[in-house]
Amino acid sequence: MPTRTVVVASSHGLHARPAALFSQAAAKAGVPVQLTKGGKTVNAASILGVISLGIDHNDEVVISVDGDGADELLDQLTELLTTDHDA
Amino acid sequence: MSVLTGVGIGRGVAVGPILRMPEPLPEPDTIASTIGPDSERERVTNALAATAEDIRSRGERAGGKAQEVLDAQAMMADDPTLRSDIDVRIDNGATAERAVFEAFNGFKEMLLAIGGYMAERATDLDDVSQRIIARLSGVPAPGVPTSDVPFVLVARDLAPADTALLDLDRVLALITSDGGPTSHTAILAREKSITAVVGVVGALSLDDGTNVIVDASTGIITVGPSVDQTEKAKATILERAQRAAVPIGPGALADGTHIPLLANLGSVDGVDAALAAGAEGVGLFRTEFLFLDAKSAPTVAQQYTHYSKLLRGFSGKKVVVRALDAGADKPLSFLNDAHEENPALGLRGLRALRASEHILRDQLTALSRAAQESDADLWVMAPMVSTVEETKYFVDIAHELGLATAGVMVEVPSSALLADRILAIAGFASIGTNDLTQYTLAADRMLGTVSSFQDPWHPAVLRLVGEVGSAGAALGKPVGICGEAAADPLLAVVLVGLGATSLSMSPAAIGDVRSELARFTRDQAVAFAQAALAADSPQSAREAVRALAEPGS
Repeated sequence: MPTRTVVVASSHGLHARPAALFSQAAAKAGVPVQLTKGGKTVNAASILGVISLGIDHNDEVVISVDGDGADELLDQLTELLTTDHDA
Repeated sequence: MSVLTGVGIGRGVAVGPILRMPEPLPEPDTIASTIGPDSERERVTNALAATAEDIRSRGERAGGKAQEVLDAQAMMADDPTLRSDIDVRIDNGATAERAVFEAFNGFKEMLLAIGGYMAERATDLDDVSQRIIARLSGVPAPGVPTSDVPFVLVARDLAPADTALLDLDRVLALITSDGGPTSHTAILAREKSITAVVGVVGALSLDDGTNVIVDASTGIITVGPSVDQTEKAKATILERAQRAAVPIGPGALADGTHIPLLANLGSVDGVDAALAAGAEGVGLFRTEFLFLDAKSAPTVAQQYTHYSKLLRGFSGKKVVVRALDAGADKPLSFLNDAHEENPALGLRGLRALRASEHILRDQLTALSRAAQESDADLWVMAPMVSTVEETKYFVDIAHELGLATAGVMVEVPSSALLADRILAIAGFASIGTNDLTQYTLAADRMLGTVSSFQDPWHPAVLRLVGEVGSAGAALGKPVGICGEAAADPLLAVVLVGLGATSLSMSPAAIGDVRSELARFTRDQAVAFAQAALAADSPQSAREAVRALAEPGS
């Protein structure tokens, strides 16, 4: 399964708003997307799942995508996580 | 007709039907479902979809930043992880209500365990959860009611989250059963100039749709008024509107004594509104916004940018900036991370800055640089000063860094009592009446159960203000007021009578205070102050002054 390791840029981590942007994008993808931090994996389309990982600024997370167009989708999701939405 | 009384905020009068804010829902019972998992699931599916839709459409109406927050809340209601969690609980025999309650609580506990910024988002989950459960139970959702016609909102007290969503154009007045003059509701009312009466016993027994007259100047709610009373109230509302329309000018007493009216600002965003309200400068610029949510203090360059912007807005005018006031209700981890039993009595204000002197020096350096490039008259002051020695410490550093006018906030009784010695060193004093009241009456201003003590009309507080006023007059040093008390028009006159030389308040309050000052001479203000000082309680002080101000009413 294609994966990408990303360092989160938002200065307050993935709280409500950045998490919503990320989950929305993952939900729209139409293929299963998973987000992993420190051994815990959640459905990336679930905002509560994403928030419950407690992702902080500068944390390292792994995005995994299954299905067609995985690379393009990974690019798009990586960009969301490497943008500081709190700036 | 009957009458309820409370503490009025401001001088406004309003007439209209009341609408009550629904109470929080009780926790759903743990009884087993009687209709079976399939039916419970269907109820949940419908409630989740309808709630998400409702939150989204509220977001569309609100727009801007509120829409982003509400969209995130709508996604929580739609969430796939939550849904599977709810389904598991339903399959184990729970009702839809209980399953939703427990599933949300699980996530909430998780956020609280993570702590910090995430923990603050836990209230979002509560709000969504309550809305879904309300829909399942067929009761009105808690939170701010909406209406197509203007209404008087009746609530226990308002939380910041409620007021963010309140459609102020529809709210004629606010009535709360709890909360004192410094509750969140009161602060909002002063900031936005909304007529409000707080701490009204019996307010929650009023029925939706009942007509009332709310008179903040007397604190009286007339329930089911007669036609005559309604007409009279409407005439007062009109008269007030006409008075507020007088051309903006400097604040002055009837005899021409100039009392500058300044603005309290919490960020540079409020500059335009302050100027529009006729602020003659800034009497309190709070700098906490630069530091909150930050893990480390902002750099000198970052701070300089903000201060320059502020000073540009008030070219040629006075701007008083308060050094970072952290601790107690505004904790900052990089300044003080220790757990304190009584944070209001702890390492806060100047005490905290002193323990991290580099933060104070950086801030004053940035201010000094901004001042050099501006023709605004920049004054700096230290928060929570309690000794003469602290005064000297702050004033020395400010002078060393090139800031000519350095003063102190008087918020602690010790500083008021030694004002003559403090003002011998400080360039000026600015009285923070909220904290001064809290410390004088030994009543935590954040605590609802002792909110009745938090009344700046208390003669003990006024006597301390008078100490500072006399010391300022004797030494020729300015004495400003920058607490909420200055926004209470009649109290503002009393404060001038006690020796205040300028008044600083939320910009929205400036108009009312300006017209009240213009009604009285300095001699009258001094007579009001003496009457208030001679009273035994805040209530009797208010009544005594009102009797002098409105003879025959």
